Order: sequence, then C-alpha cells, then structure tokens
Amino acid sequence: MGQPVIRVENVSKSYRVSEVGTAKYRTVQESMWDMVKRPLRSLSHRRSDGADRETFWALRQVDFEIEQGDVTGLIGVNGAGKSTLLKILSHITQPTTGRAAIRGRVASLLEVGTGFHAELTGRENILLNGAILGMKRHETLRKFDQIVDFAGVERFVDTPVKRYSSGMYLRLAFAVAAHLDPEVLLVDEVLAVGDIAFQRKCLGRMREVSQEGRTVLLVSHNLVSIEALCKQCLLLDAGRLVQHGEVTEITREYRKRIQGDPTSGAVVLGAERTKAGQRRVITSLTLLDETGDVTRCFPLGGEFRAVIGLDLPPEADIAEIVLRIEDQNSQRLMTFKNPLVGDLLQLSEGHQKVECRVPQMPLTHGEYHIGLAVFLNKDCIDSVDQVVTFTITNNDVFGNARGGLRGICFARSEWRHVDDEWGVSDPAAEKE
Amino acid sequence: MEHLLPTSTDTSDTHWRVNTATHGWNRIDWAELWSYRELLYFLMWKEVKVRYKQTALGVTWAILQPVMTMVVFSVFFGRLAGLGHTTGGIPYPVYVYAGLLPWTFFSGAVNNATNSLVGNSNLITKVYFPRTMIPLATIIAGLVDLAMSTGVFLLLMLYYRVPISWHVIVVPVLLVGTILAASGVGLLFAALTVAYRDFRYVVPFTIQIWMFATPVIYPSSIVPKAWRGILALNPMTGILDGFRWAFLNGRIDWTEIAIAFGVALVLFWIGVGYFRSVERRFADII
Repeated sequence: MGQPVIRVENVSKSYRVSEVGTAKYRTVQESMWDMVKRPLRSLSHRRSDGADRETFWALRQVDFEIEQGDVTGLIGVNGAGKSTLLKILSHITQPTTGRAAIRGRVASLLEVGTGFHAELTGRENILLNGAILGMKRHETLRKFDQIVDFAGVERFVDTPVKRYSSGMYLRLAFAVAAHLDPEVLLVDEVLAVGDIAFQRKCLGRMREVSQEGRTVLLVSHNLVSIEALCKQCLLLDAGRLVQHGEVTEITREYRKRIQGDPTSGAVVLGAERTKAGQRRVITSLTLLDETGDVTRCFPLGGEFRAVIGLDLPPEADIAEIVLRIEDQNSQRLMTFKNPLVGDLLQLSEGHQKVECRVPQMPLTHGEYHIGLAVFLNKDCIDSVDQVVTFTITNNDVFGNARGGLRGICFARSEWRHVDDEWGVSDPAAEKE
Repeated sequence: MEHLLPTSTDTSDTHWRVNTATHGWNRIDWAELWSYRELLYFLMWKEVKVRYKQTALGVTWAILQPVMTMVVFSVFFGRLAGLGHTTGGIPYPVYVYAGLLPWTFFSGAVNNATNSLVGNSNLITKVYFPRTMIPLATIIAGLVDLAMSTGVFLLLMLYYRVPISWHVIVVPVLLVGTILAASGVGLLFAALTVAYRDFRYVVPFTIQIWMFATPVIYPSSIVPKAWRGILALNPMTGILDGFRWAFLNGRIDWTEIAIAFGVALVLFWIGVGYFRSVERRFADII
C-alpha cells in the first residue's frame, strides 16, 4: 500500500467549440460558403492551434496522484471536467498536454450496458459486454451464473434484451460490470440509474468492491454515497482541480460552493408561483441552527428550527401548518404539524412568522427537502414542494466517538443485562 | 480476488500505461491488437449474429444477394449485351458468379467498414480498445457470407458441369489480398466518415463506379491492350482474374496478380496509417 497507481501530471484538455454554434445570424449563402471553406481549412490547418478557432478548456493543469487501495470520489458541478478526466484515464481520449498514467489492470465503467445489442439475448450480451469491458472469455463464463443471479434474470437469459423491461436491462448491464475484477476501477455516475432498490444494490456492490482493496475513482453527484464509499475526494471546478483531500472536508467545501452563502437557508417565496386570484399564504422559509444562525447544514442530532412566513386569510386562526421532510427520491420521511403537539398555536389574519423547532432532528446524514403546506378546514390553501434542501452532516451525536450511524433515522437506545425473568432462553445455552 | 491484487513487492514490475498526446502516423500496435483478440472475436461474432436477426429469410440473404445479382447480370449483360460469348467457353452465369464472389465480399466489406465507426459511436466514446477492431471485425465477419455463397457457387459449377481446377488451393492467398485491399479502403473511409459524414454518401457511389472498373461482368481480355495497365492498378482486377483462374482454370497473368498484391499492400498501409493518425480524435469528434 501507499504506492501510487494513478498519476496525473499537468493534464489539460481542450476542445474546439463548433463555429456554427457561435454565429447567430447566418444566411444560407454563408452556410454554403462555410461548407466549402471548412473542410479545406481543417485539412490544411489540422495541427496548428489556430487562433481563429475558439477553444474550450475542459481540464486545466490537473495534477494529482492516487495511491493503491484508495477509494477516491470525484465531484464537481456539470461541466467541471469529471467525465473528461475519466475518459483520459481510460485512454478513450488523449490529453492536449500533460500525461496520465495508471499501473495495473484497469476497468472503466462510464456507462452501464455499453455495447449491449437489443437483438442479442441476455446470455450473448453478457459475453459481449464482458469482452468489451475487458474480461477474458473464461472469466465471464466462470462468473456467468453469479451475473445472472445478481441481475435476477434467470428465466430470460435466452430472450433478446429488447424484450426486457428497462429495469431488467439495467440490472443485467450493471451485473456484468459489477463482476469485473480489475485492480483499478474508474466509475462514472453509474449509481444514478434505476429505481431505489436497484440503486441500493449498486451501492452495496460498490461498497464491497471498495473494501476488497481495489483502487477506485468514483464520479457521482450523490454526495451521500461519495461520503459513504470514499475516504479521499477530488473537487473539480471549471476544469481545475480545486481540492484533493479527506472526503468530508471536500464535500463540505463543495456544498458551500453549490449552495452559495449559508443565508440561502432563507428563502422568500415570490408571488409568481400563485395562480391569479389565489392568495399566496406561505411567503418565506428560514432555517436556523441552535445558535440562531441561518444555515442549510445541520450537525446530526442537532437542533433544527424552521421559521415560516405566512400571510393568512381572514378567519385563519385554526389553520394547520404542515412541514414535510422528504428524501432525495421525494419519499416523505416526516411530517410536522402545528396542532399535533402542545398548545394550539394562536394565528391571526395577515402577515406573521411562526417557528417550528425540532430539538433533536432524528435524521442521519444526507440531503433532505422541505415542503410546506397550509390547510384550512381540511382544504389545502397553499402548498410548496422542495422549498429548501438541507444537509445533515455526520456528527458524534452520542458524544462517545464510537462509530457512525447507518439508516435514515436514529434514536437514543439504552442497553443493559437482564435476568431471565420470563423463562425465555436459548436451549443451546441451557445444555451446557 | 486477492490473487489479482499485486502485493507491494510486485507492483514494480507492472507497467505504467501512459496516456499523453501523440502526433503523426502511429504504427499499428500488433502486441496490443493481439491482447484484444478475444474482443475482435466477439465483435465479429456479434456482426454475424446481428446481421440477419429479425429477417424472415435469415442467412438465406447471404446467398440470395449474389445469386440474384448473378441472374440479373446473366440476363442483361450475358444475354442482352452479348457478353456471354467473351468468356472463353465458360457459361456466363458461372463466369460472372466467380467474379461476384470476391467482389461482393469486397464491396460489402468497404461499405460496412465505412459505417462501422459511426454505428458504434457509443462504444468509441465509452470504452477503450484499439479502434481498428471495429472496422476489421465487420470486414472479417463478411467471410461467413463469402463461405456460404462459395457453397452455392460449387453447386452452380456442378449444375453447369464445369470442372473445378486444382488451382483452387490458392484461393486463401487471393482472399488475403482481398482482405488487405478491403481493409485499407475500409479503414480509410471509416476514419474519414467520423469527421465528414459526407463519405457515407460518397462510398456507395464510389463502389458502384469501382465495379465497372473491375472485370466483374466482363472478362479483362476484352479491354483494349492500352488500358490494361491502368486497369491492373485496380487491385480487384488481379484478384478477380485470380479467382476465376483458381476455380475455372484458363489464362493467368502473374504480373497482374503481383501488381494487385502490391497495390493492396499500399492501400492497406495508407488506410491503417491514416486511421491510426486520426483515431485518437475519434472520441472527441464522433
């Protein structure tokens, strides 16, 4: 361990920006003339870095090393150069300058099901796709049953994949890829496909792979899976490598960048969302942490406060205010309502602000959306989805540094030894 | 899985694979091609499998195409145009079919190779392997069709009671020449098509004209002496004459064959050279 297996030295990559796309006003004549000119020009100026062409730098002087056995995340907004970097590492395209080197058997997975042919059967596609991904025939055959089993398509192995449901197709495609056996694995956003159950399965498999001591470079927009799988992380921005280091540090930085300043935890809901003649009841939402600072980032187990701005119609003193928390797949996880607990909240007509305080938010680390709704006599008078997205970051909630939490929620639990008061005991233990 | 992971002691002898900008004409990397031989096999196998899928007649098409062409040519050129008397006693259908064997293979190979890269653009942008594999796989896959139409040819000879010549043993050699020429032209057009889709329209047209510049429907003996030299520069002239000699006996011009192989080699060299020099940009421009 500790030896570099991926070495990227000063890599830059430029693309020519199509001239057609940039010119706004063109006549047919110009286009025709351009058609004559362009092939001639590109034939004659092939290798000159023509100043007349606009170039787009997808990567600029990227420089890093990844050591054997490291599982590294690669994050950045769309167009930051993540895929280009993976393509260079996989030899699909060449860097314009610099060099990228990898030691050992590499498999790159930029897409699931590359080379799948609709007319071929599941069996045939497994063999073909295996060969395309760099598996030897005997390896594919050896793992054939495992692949079919993982994909759950036993009954359809000899059916052309065009008859498969899209779910089956994806499962089969991922199954082949999941049984690759490389030393270095490059993965691009493969986890973003399929339904939730399938994504879990992929994530589980990725976790296994990363624990087998392989070197993995993983691109994903899902920061939670990056945090779950990786120890190291690279952050790209506009083709530059901004940061390389410990994963939580980088994801925190990245969240700060994409979410802008923390005051974006305060959202004013404009009038544009209301239909004509309808009253806009929910006017704003502000998220606060326990110190009263506006934020979108809460430590696990910390206090969570949501201040909701309202503009209530007359006779709205019995209005019901609903705060929904959903996961990234829009699945409702929790609902908070004002009449559910404590004394009834006194509401009145007109502008006002109410606060919903959750002393200990029982969600584990991840990203969550907030939705708001106001009901009056069981009628929904206003509703907004995904007002704000907030993050729960890992935190030693029980203050004992004894490891992280899995699952979507947590609760305090107490553990002790008990006497066998009820006569329920393990027969095996009794025999002794 | 453990055994595949090099321990810290043996990583030193695993090679670094370096990706860096290259310029100029790259030579073909035979060692790399060899290491990807299984993929070449699978790509060929896919070509063969997919070619006639969901067609009612299936592989019969591989036979029907040259047979129908032979019938049409026999009627129009053999009978109506009177070329039937120029074949030196060999029935025109047999004569024309002997030429159609290598020609159908060649034209199909060039056509399929030309479209192969664009048709497989998803592979090119998502996986790395030597790009030459894609057109080469389609070209070699054409041999399956050729084998089947050769079977039909043997039946045809039997029907017309044309004795087979022992020269038939040189057919594999002639086939190598055909593959060289087809690969050269096919790789060149395939690479050009990636950058300029115009070649998709240029190629079928070129092939059509090329057929008339090749003694498919007529024997090269009816071409005036003065033009024979030019005609010989077309490698398919020598190849076709060679095929006819191999199956049907008759005259053979060894200079013509030698020229054909020379030109085929040059075409192959140009095609591979151009292909290798532009293949590094394929993923960016396809």
